[in-house]
Amino acid sequence: MDKDFKRTIILDNYQNPNNKKVSGNDHIKINTRNVSCIDNLDIYLKVNNDVIEDVTFEGEACVISISSTNILINLLIGKTRNEGINIIDNYLKMINEEEYDKEVLKELLVFDDTSKQPSRIKCATLSANGIKSYLEKENHS
Amino acid sequence: MNREDFKLLENNLIYFDNGATTLKPKVVRDAINDYYDKYSANAHRGDYKISAIVDSLYEDTRKKVANFINAKEPSEIVFTSGTTNGMNMIVFGFFKKYLKEGDEVLITLSEHASNIIPWFILQKEIGIKVKYIELNDKHEVEINNVRNAITNKTKVISLAYITNVIGDERPIKEISKLAHDNNILMVVDAAQGAPHKKINVQEDDIDFMAFSGHKMYGPTGIGVLYGKFDLLDKMIPMNYGGGMNAMFTKDGYVELREIPTRLEGGTPNIEGVIGLGEAVTYLENIGIDKINEYEKNLRKYLIDELSKLDFIEIYNKDNDSNIVAFNIKGVFAQDTAVYLDKYNICVRAGNHCAKILNNVFNINNTVRISLSFYNNKEEIDLLINVLKNSANIWKEIL
Repeated sequence: MDKDFKRTIILDNYQNPNNKKVSGNDHIKINTRNVSCIDNLDIYLKVNNDVIEDVTFEGEACVISISSTNILINLLIGKTRNEGINIIDNYLKMINEEEYDKEVLKELLVFDDTSKQPSRIKCATLSANGIKSYLEKENHS
Repeated sequence: MNREDFKLLENNLIYFDNGATTLKPKVVRDAINDYYDKYSANAHRGDYKISAIVDSLYEDTRKKVANFINAKEPSEIVFTSGTTNGMNMIVFGFFKKYLKEGDEVLITLSEHASNIIPWFILQKEIGIKVKYIELNDKHEVEINNVRNAITNKTKVISLAYITNVIGDERPIKEISKLAHDNNILMVVDAAQGAPHKKINVQEDDIDFMAFSGHKMYGPTGIGVLYGKFDLLDKMIPMNYGGGMNAMFTKDGYVELREIPTRLEGGTPNIEGVIGLGEAVTYLENIGIDKINEYEKNLRKYLIDELSKLDFIEIYNKDNDSNIVAFNIKGVFAQDTAVYLDKYNICVRAGNHCAKILNNVFNINNTVRISLSFYNNKEEIDLLINVLKNSANIWKEIL
């Protein structure tokens, strides 16, 4: 992917994040406060019959953090719990420069060179880690 | 000024994060090397020549520090690992015993975490009450607001000499006079104050004070706790063991040593103490008043230049400190910091360990520039140029 094209997608998801809103009580709220930087996002998740029905987020964070959260959410909505975990696992592998399945990552591929900026790795994986640990929990409704 | 004393400045680095830690002059580095190369012995232990050298350097630093803050005697100086360690010793070594349930401590919303959290924990442990002195429109402490906050339960006022986000200097002398008139003890966090301002603990009548070596051109891991002798003498040691005991017997009898040795249990950070001593000498050779004057003028220049940029919001225009907090409008502080780093300009982005300040600031995160005497106008001009081109920020950082 060309650098300008990547930048356009990252910026568009930062400046007009379609999933950025507070959700109500039918969602589970998790906070992804990052210990090593200053990003602070709340993520609202609704999982029903093993399907990720809805995800939104709210908060203050850097361009990489907000943009990656928004794109990830677009990919997760409508997927099963295991499909969601698979997407996040592959995304984390990409960020950590390991072998990964390009097919499942779609627009998230715009972050394929984030690992070159070590200070940004935390920002790029903040929401992914938070959502993953929730999806991996057994017996959620 | 004195840029040639700092090795790191040879690499075109613009270092504006002096509130976090300062760079170290070569003389400090050399003093530490000398300790390891020439007389690497323990302090207060041996009867051989190199140990005697260490002993005398160690105690010389205590005298230098006492002189630096004008303490009455060197025994009022205790070496710690830093301001956080010092504040914890003050709160848990002294006030945990001194205060009773219902007693009140006055702080403000713009204190650093190390002057907030220990008090919160003590509040939980023994039921004291942490209360806030109201800040004025410029987020500063006024003597009248201190007066209004005092009740007959107030037993401690604990404030930063200079705060680490706004950079305002508190009228400590006036506040401490008011405190003592009301039988209140005065605690000062001088982490940001000591490197930039001549502090006179006797004239300001400060009861306890803590500061760090690494924010004043010394090494990391070394700090200073000052306390009036009679108060320090009542402080409970946090570390029992070697170095701090006078004698002990098999039936459990323990006799502790005098102040300050009693409060420095274990082998101390000797290289840190020696480095700190060198840093104090270095600062005094330049002259702390000269540093203060230089930094004030440099800050004024920075504010003047930043004010010309209409896309910059400055949060603390009017004060005499070395600190400027700002944002590029519409850009998250961390993104600005990453952008400036592309040009080797080091700034801090975040809440700067003052996590409850957003209650008055209405903003969570800022870019912070904290100046030192080795910064200059040329560096500020470069910064301004980079900021002027910040319309390109996304192209640069993405």
